[in-house]
Amino acid sequence: MGDPIVSFAEFEGSNATAVRIAPGDDARVLLPHLDRLTLVEVTFPAFRDGRGYSSARILRESGYKGTLRAAGDVLVDQVPYMKRCGFDDFAPNAPLDQTVVEKLSGLYPEPYQRTVDGAVPVWKLRHG
Amino acid sequence: MKLLTGNDLGSGDVVWWTGKGWSRNVHEAVDAGDAAEAILKEEEAARRVNASYAVDAGADGLPLHIKDRVRAAGPSVRKDLGVNPEIRLEKA
Amino acid sequence: MYQYDKYDQAIVDARVEEFRDQVRRRMAGEITEDQFKPLRLMNGLYLQLHAYMLRVAIPYGTLSGKQMKMLGHIARKYDRDYGHFTTRQNLQYNWIKLEDTPDILADLASVEMHAIQTSGNCIRNISSDQYAGAAADEVTDPRPWAELLRQWSTFHPEFSYLPRKFKIAVIASAEDRAAMRLHDIGIELVKKDGVLGARIFVGGGMGRTPMIAPEINPFVPAEDLLSYLEACLRVYNRYGRRDNAYKARIKILIHEHGADNYRADVAKEFAHVKTLGLDPPLAEFDRITAFFAAPAFDATAADDLDLSDPDFAVWVDQNVKPHKAKGYAIVNIAVKPTGGIPGDATSDQIDLMADLATAYSFDELRVTHAQNIVLPHVKKADLYAVWQKLNDAGLANANLDLISDIIACPGLDYCSLANARSIPVAQKISERFADLERQRDIGELKLKISGCINACGHHHAGHIGILGVDKKGVENYQITLGGSGAEDVSIGKIMGPGFDENGAVDAIERIVEKYREVREGDERFLDTYRRVGNDVFKEAIYG
Ligand code: HEM
Ligand code: SF4
Repeated sequence: MGDPIVSFAEFEGSNATAVRIAPGDDARVLLPHLDRLTLVEVTFPAFRDGRGYSSARILRESGYKGTLRAAGDVLVDQVPYMKRCGFDDFAPNAPLDQTVVEKLSGLYPEPYQRTVDGAVPVWKLRHG
Repeated sequence: MKLLTGNDLGSGDVVWWTGKGWSRNVHEAVDAGDAAEAILKEEEAARRVNASYAVDAGADGLPLHIKDRVRAAGPSVRKDLGVNPEIRLEKA
Repeated sequence: MYQYDKYDQAIVDARVEEFRDQVRRRMAGEITEDQFKPLRLMNGLYLQLHAYMLRVAIPYGTLSGKQMKMLGHIARKYDRDYGHFTTRQNLQYNWIKLEDTPDILADLASVEMHAIQTSGNCIRNISSDQYAGAAADEVTDPRPWAELLRQWSTFHPEFSYLPRKFKIAVIASAEDRAAMRLHDIGIELVKKDGVLGARIFVGGGMGRTPMIAPEINPFVPAEDLLSYLEACLRVYNRYGRRDNAYKARIKILIHEHGADNYRADVAKEFAHVKTLGLDPPLAEFDRITAFFAAPAFDATAADDLDLSDPDFAVWVDQNVKPHKAKGYAIVNIAVKPTGGIPGDATSDQIDLMADLATAYSFDELRVTHAQNIVLPHVKKADLYAVWQKLNDAGLANANLDLISDIIACPGLDYCSLANARSIPVAQKISERFADLERQRDIGELKLKISGCINACGHHHAGHIGILGVDKKGVENYQITLGGSGAEDVSIGKIMGPGFDENGAVDAIERIVEKYREVREGDERFLDTYRRVGNDVFKEAIYG
């Protein structure tokens, strides 16, 4: 079992190591505390709300190494995008179809963009 | 009078509830009365129809709303492509 | 033209397979329509009034003869023998079967085409100037920049669930042929001290709250462009409204937050993003640019033209534009026959235009936001032959930019969001003004019709705009005057109470006759309107 997860509001001033952030929460507030954090859970109350993708990238771009979990209305076809944004753990409301997850995970080996999951962008492959 | 309509999931064709199944011809549509919601639920679940809903129909047995009359008739600017292009878009 | 390498091809091929599986899951009932809808929309597949509608991307409006042929083939094989060219330089099919869609996407992929991000709350197909690479007035060809953006925006992991759709246009001429400042981001390429860069406008759009994009940055160098756009989009993704779909476009964020605040936020974000190494090396930019090198123009091509055939002469005067290469011209094919459906072309017409491009235009075509087709590089010596062939196919309409060169959205004949039909109004107006002499006397007059406030037909930007509304269940049309999507961009003003279909056509005629009465010299309608103001025309309409 991991540490108890505190909400974003409770996090300020606490010494929690796991935090849950909602779409409207400013992920940058966590940046001074990244060393201490082992889990950030980013919630997706509705799959159409894409703010969590930015939150994830902001954390990874600043060097966050812990677990980054996408929780809530997470759909299987979104998982590849989420992984590219740095998510490495998923807590969907409805279980993901693992065969689809696997199929999708190999489908686009090379993205056009430099992403935070370490994939090599197409332009880098072209020019070394 | 309530008609049920939607699209065929695979072909996308506009279809109307006939009491037994779905037809592309609005003239085969029947009044679904109080059963509307139950029928739609069951038919959607069985994927015999997609994006379905109930519409109010007038004395001529055709939908009242112009949007659904267009769906029944086909594009007014391509009469060659509709199922029932003779349907007037204005209410009777 | 750009050509795919193995990476581009692999991505498009993978998309076909991904969608094939998504369709299978939907057909098998593994996913609901609610879950499937955003997936199909990201492949441009809508459910419209009569059937599924498929929107195919034509990146920056450029395509080859072979690609155009494929569009004709798909229309013939999977649809009902025609397609509809749209104001966003795309093509729509109106009668597509869900079951066929994976095969259609595979056919498209075989000629380096796709339907990726032609709908959905993501970065849409990048639009551009239809005369790119041919225009006498451009500082550079905008298409390499647009292609760079196409690749950057394709499956962008952070920006595929934005608050709302996102449209970007890139131009490189002072004359704006792409309604650049009516896009979420408009980019004008400019030269500063001999160096090319991007002048960035953000927050334009039409819809129910039309807005003209303010300038956010006067000059972003090529090597910073993607980082800068990344910053623009991230600020929007984080702070754009999500509580109300009508207020979710970036124009509302900028309007409510202020352009200065937005600019400052972007600058801050850019300072961070620029440290991440997101911009490809300039070598990548050079690689893309090489594909858009000018074709091998014949330096000895003659500049003179035999205009003894009067019909040909009129067409040349109206539809043929100056080219940057001596002895060449830009041909506009107005897909606007009298009484026809704006932007609709049959498979045979599509094939013919493809063949003409192959034979006479270095295998290139363009789609314009006015729903017309361009052959960008035609030898003047070939113009007569091209015109004759177009004429035989009913495509030599000499009405470019005239009152019958109408933009019309699909409206209530096809669109599930519509309040009123657009196409029949366009047809009646073009019939009323069928006399070409009269049209030419009226001169440039951009008439644009939308079937609802979403403004797909650009009515806000019409010199004369017509907006279909629902008046207690009956189709009704409001008239706006004074809009422009060009470099003199403006939003039209609503004149007053609306009309029924025939009433609207009559009102248009009264407006036009008033213009003929009060214009000075060779003043365009728009300039007359701007000079004399609303009241003169209100009086003419409502008397
Ligand atoms: C038939 C299916 C279509 C649907 C469901 C649809 C839907 C919409 C909606 C909802 C908007 C308003 C967006 C907003 O204000 O946030 C819009 C705007 C727009 N659409 Fe469409 N549209 C359709 C067809 C077209 C076609 C055929 C074209 C091109 C001819 C087009 C081009 C545009 C443009 C240029 C705008 C306005 C510019 C903007 O503010 O984005 N759409 N569309
Ligand atoms: S303007 Fe309205 S009616 Fe016309 S295509 Fe757009 S959504 Fe449909």
